[in-house]
Amino acid sequence: MLMSAGSSDLYEKRKGVYPKAVDGFYRRLKWAIMAMTLAIYWGTPWLRWDRGPYAPDQAVLIDLAHRRFYMFAIEIWPHEFYYVAGLLIMAGIGLFLVTSAVGRAWCGYACPQTVWTDLYQHVERAIDGDRNAQIRLAKAPWSAAKLARRLAKWGIWLAIAFATGGAWIFYFADAPGLSHAFWTGGAAPVAYATVAVLTATTFLLGGFMREQVCIYMCPWPRIQTAMLDETSLVVTYKDWRGETRGSVKKAQANPALFGDCIDCNQCVAVCPTGIDIRDGAQVGCITCALCIDACDTVMAQVGRPRGLIDYCTQEDAEAERKGAAPKPVLNRLLRPRTLAYAAVWVSIGAAMLFALSARTRIDIAAQQDRNPIFVRLSDGAIRNAYMVKVRNMEARPRPVTVAVDGLPGAMLWTDAMPREAAAPAVTATVPADSVAKLRLFIAAPAAGTARQDFTFTVRATDREGGGDSEPARFERP
Amino acid sequence: MADGQDKHIDVATGTELKGHEWDGIAELDTPLPRWWLWTFYATILFAIGYVIAYPAIPMLHDYTRGALGWSSRGALDKELAAREAEVAPLRRAIADTAITDLPARPQLMQAAVEGGRAAFKVHCVQCHGSGAAGAKGYPNLNDDDWLWGGDLATIEKTITDGVRNPDHAETRVSIMPAFGRDQLLTGAQVNDVLAHVRVISRQDKTSAASQRGAKVFADNCAVCHGADGKGTRVLGAPNLTDGLWLYGGDAETIRETVWNSRQGVMPRWDDKLDKATIRMLATYVHSLGGGEAAPVEAGNGAQ
Repeated sequence: MLMSAGSSDLYEKRKGVYPKAVDGFYRRLKWAIMAMTLAIYWGTPWLRWDRGPYAPDQAVLIDLAHRRFYMFAIEIWPHEFYYVAGLLIMAGIGLFLVTSAVGRAWCGYACPQTVWTDLYQHVERAIDGDRNAQIRLAKAPWSAAKLARRLAKWGIWLAIAFATGGAWIFYFADAPGLSHAFWTGGAAPVAYATVAVLTATTFLLGGFMREQVCIYMCPWPRIQTAMLDETSLVVTYKDWRGETRGSVKKAQANPALFGDCIDCNQCVAVCPTGIDIRDGAQVGCITCALCIDACDTVMAQVGRPRGLIDYCTQEDAEAERKGAAPKPVLNRLLRPRTLAYAAVWVSIGAAMLFALSARTRIDIAAQQDRNPIFVRLSDGAIRNAYMVKVRNMEARPRPVTVAVDGLPGAMLWTDAMPREAAAPAVTATVPADSVAKLRLFIAAPAAGTARQDFTFTVRATDREGGGDSEPARFERP
Repeated sequence: MADGQDKHIDVATGTELKGHEWDGIAELDTPLPRWWLWTFYATILFAIGYVIAYPAIPMLHDYTRGALGWSSRGALDKELAAREAEVAPLRRAIADTAITDLPARPQLMQAAVEGGRAAFKVHCVQCHGSGAAGAKGYPNLNDDDWLWGGDLATIEKTITDGVRNPDHAETRVSIMPAFGRDQLLTGAQVNDVLAHVRVISRQDKTSAASQRGAKVFADNCAVCHGADGKGTRVLGAPNLTDGLWLYGGDAETIRETVWNSRQGVMPRWDDKLDKATIRMLATYVHSLGGGEAAPVEAGNGAQ
């Protein structure tokens, strides 16, 4: 059955990809973006941001233990997680925006898989030499020299992988403290496990899986394929100019028969995913544009105009094929689709900024005891009990007054004071950046409706003030 | 079949076809990458190892136990034992600290209250209810009315020794006479005294019967309940003037109480629970809202 169609292999062996070093505009752009993204990744946890004595001074910190997310001046509590959701939505729409404007730029330049693979390939070239030397070494039988080179390469890869996995945990705890604890063996087991897992995946994905991740594992290329249209920038081999392929000598002998492509195969040699761009747009193309650099170099050497392989939309390709001029760049960028994505992106950002600037930093929530709902006291009054939570989101302790509104004759006291100290309002100090839980008793006269609605109010009594209220209910027999 | 003669090649992709076709739809023969296959084999190996190591295959009366001897019941036992060991120092600390000293150590106190909350759900809810609100004959522990006293040490003693345990010398005892049944009072006198009780508990207005009852009360009841009817805690005699009744404050129930007396029983817990648990229960009951401060004079406590 399985053999019925003539093919006898259940699997396909990975074809080695040995991309050749290349220089040019896009290569330099990739260098710059790689330096920037790696600097952001490794540097961010070490930035400091003064928040006073009650909060951590790390600029970007995801404090899972205390359920806080710090990002410079912004502090997010778990109940404000919609800000994080908003950020994720912005990231998603940002990808749509970038894709509609400049194609798969994310894949080609900024994706961690691309950045780390690129880094690993530079290490590979430094140890093994360029493409041809790499192919030779791969084919060579195992020897001491080959083993030494392999061990050196894997060692450096492993070191990079360890630095990558190691940096990740610093986003979740105080970086200098954790760094010290990590090396002295005092960090949490989960920190070591995280570093181990991320080291292993970085080593494997950057060193060995590489383009397989893009082609087989990542959903994003498939989504992008669906998002690209005739106005998207893709790396295009201009076949109308390049065909028929032939060497410089042949073309000199018979110029009319041959196009600009001299079939030097440099575009294939430099491709990090091992494809031939001359076959047309394909899912394996991450639009890193290294083939453009390679082709431009060759065209300069043989004295032909650059851009035989170039960023080009399908629309422009059709126009150029017919001899018409391509659209100006600005026209291509300012399309309704890119403008719509940009508008959505900006409005979500603006809405979040507005919400952030307008949010209250003090909050009250009350939950009534349900068992028993009420208690009759010896003097005939009725007592209800509540768990009142006052949330202080400022990084300093705040004195507050909790009172009730709409419950005549109500006297309040907490479980920390005797009933004799009951008063129409209770005061408390909420510690910095935390929730104070008050077990609050309220006694009110037995005469009244069985279920009386009232409101809890909290008011900060320091200079800044501010407050909040929460509807609640008082129950009687 | 694999003769290579009728190799179909898909024009668009250049990929070979499997050779079958349904309604013009054909399947490309795209092989898996090799690492994919390895991953698949690895999962099979893992499954075999798992079946050997862990309980897996159901048999007729039993199941394969697995080489590691793991079971969910065993895992639970281990977790419970670990938890037990974890809280053991805390329990020891609670047992070694006098209950009157607990409030000065807030962390220990809080742990005791939480532990008591859990123990209450196991040992006490059958009579006192899950919210400790009690029922007829079973006191509500949330309110501020206490038969024997509502400070920590008194509550702890009540839980330790129980109430009216016939086989326990230390138990709390108070015997109210069955005034009617044992013919200590006549039916008319019982009616008079209940009228008086209804008056001092501010449920009825003064009447001729209640004025006669005041005399009966002074002669028969005041020795325990006090001349003003506010009760005596060392005797476990309830306050008759407040709004709270253990059995009921209506005339019929009071008549029954005076006629037959009430002899509610609470078990002693010192033979069932350890010291720490009893202490935790006492702090929990004290925390329910009616807890009282320790009396300033400690000399009155002995009975």
